Amino acid sequence: MADTVHNSIRTGHKTWLTLKMREMMEAWLFVSPTFIGFLLFFLGPLCAVVYYSMTEWNLLSQQATFVGLANFQNALLENPDFWLVVRNSVIFAIGLVPLNMALALALALALSRPFFGVVFFRTVFFAPVITSAIAWAIVWKFLLQGEGGFINQVLALVGITGPNWLREPSWAMAAVIVTRVIKMVGLNMILYIAALQAIPRDYEEAARLEGASRRQIFSMITWPLLAPTTLVIMVITTIGSFKVFDHIYQMTGGGPENGTLVLAFYIYQQGFKFFNVGYASALAMIMFVMIMALTLVQVMLRRKGSE
Amino acid sequence: MTQRQVQILYRTCWTIALLIAAIPFVFPFVWMVSAGFKSVTEIFGAPTLIPRVWRWQNFVEVFTYQPFARQYFNSLYIAIVVTALTLVISSLAGYALARMRFAGAGLLMLFLISALMVPEEVTIIPNFFLMRWFGLVDTHWPLILLPTFGPHGVMATFLMRQYFLALPKELEEAGKMDGLSRFGVWWKIALPMARPALAAVSIITFLFSWNLFLEPLIFLSSLDMFTLPLALSNFNDSYGLPLWNLQLAATSLAVVPILIVYLIAQRQIIESFALSGVKG
Repeated sequence: MADTVHNSIRTGHKTWLTLKMREMMEAWLFVSPTFIGFLLFFLGPLCAVVYYSMTEWNLLSQQATFVGLANFQNALLENPDFWLVVRNSVIFAIGLVPLNMALALALALALSRPFFGVVFFRTVFFAPVITSAIAWAIVWKFLLQGEGGFINQVLALVGITGPNWLREPSWAMAAVIVTRVIKMVGLNMILYIAALQAIPRDYEEAARLEGASRRQIFSMITWPLLAPTTLVIMVITTIGSFKVFDHIYQMTGGGPENGTLVLAFYIYQQGFKFFNVGYASALAMIMFVMIMALTLVQVMLRRKGSE
Repeated sequence: MTQRQVQILYRTCWTIALLIAAIPFVFPFVWMVSAGFKSVTEIFGAPTLIPRVWRWQNFVEVFTYQPFARQYFNSLYIAIVVTALTLVISSLAGYALARMRFAGAGLLMLFLISALMVPEEVTIIPNFFLMRWFGLVDTHWPLILLPTFGPHGVMATFLMRQYFLALPKELEEAGKMDGLSRFGVWWKIALPMARPALAAVSIITFLFSWNLFLEPLIFLSSLDMFTLPLALSNFNDSYGLPLWNLQLAATSLAVVPILIVYLIAQRQIIESFALSGVKG
């Protein structure tokens, strides 16, 4: 290969073009695995899901009929399950995102500076992040058992009869949200720690010399400087909450009384349990649009912020 | 009180508050291991942290109830293959996107960014039909191909690109002067310098594959092919009720090794996530 480069340099004038073309071909060789994978496992399937979403297709019948927007009409206007699922997903996000972010910020503020034991605490709060969601959900499912579950056993010691956490609609959603926050908060915590450590110490020291209180330093300096990170974390966490699947699958299976039936789980249920391929694809498209909208909001807010 | 004493008091209160906050993060692991040794009656009896009777046979039954050793091995080798493939593919593409000029680069970037925004759940149905068409259902191929080329692989590519962008150009030029081809420059100069990024991608990819659930659930049906998360949720009796003590023993076996590795390399692991989260 090196020889040809030298040869083309020697032949002069014409070689500039060939060198450039050569570089281009090499570059495409470098990106070709990624590109082929992208076409095969992403762009192709994405086009297919758009088409599927406009068909009436039950896997058992083996025959797809084109029905236009009927699946969307069914989801948005006729099927009450759909709005229940959207409602559940929104409740899940509204419960999870603020709790996760507030806790992550509090932990980050406590752990962003070195002190004795700081590494221990960071390690502890991050440990659930690397644990499989299934394993985490299995353990919490047992801890939250109605009769004989550890939490209720402890509550019984102080004379409280705990509810059957995962079997009562009002408690199940809260239980899933809280256990999910404990699992995932470590990730946001370290993103906040990284952002806090990037803030120059001089700012805070200057403010302290001016006589600013802790609270003032936080609200006037730290919080505004964290704004871009907060925004990114908010969008990542919201998208993550719309995608939650394994946690729900293991802890409640969408129950009780569909109380924790969220969008990703509903898509799985329709597509792979009831084999309603067309309807499930329409749901997937709706999820796609929701996540796209969230991402665009993030980009817009970011642009506004940097002006 | 002197200022120093105030400070010590303040620190102590903080530490105690943090220790209390840490309970829901640590306790599930402790309880999981402890319950893995208990009998079902003891799990649901009066709470004990240390089992009254140590049922070691739980850990034997885990392996006889379903081919757990095989399933363990499946998870391990799939995670290793996915990690190796992702490293090669993402560092090749990341290098080209950072360091080479080529027609279509801008469009490709746009494509990849759009792929980042679309979760696997959206394309999983057509991917299922694609794999069925290839005859790959109930094999490990979907579990290797989809994570490698999916949004996670794209994120790895961006992470590599970001890292290659920051490397000094001079070294590469020196390499070219010495007669290295593009491929040679990538292999002998760029990759060795990108070790921190490669380490971050490895760690995140390994854990991602190890914990993957949706794809195994959809693509696998025979017990011998199962991966760990799927196997864990499969410890049920013939009525579909969980075999509590076996399930917790198996979960301990699946989680504890990863936790030990994490405790040894916690700094590196946490930094990898920080790097990918901030950049990606």
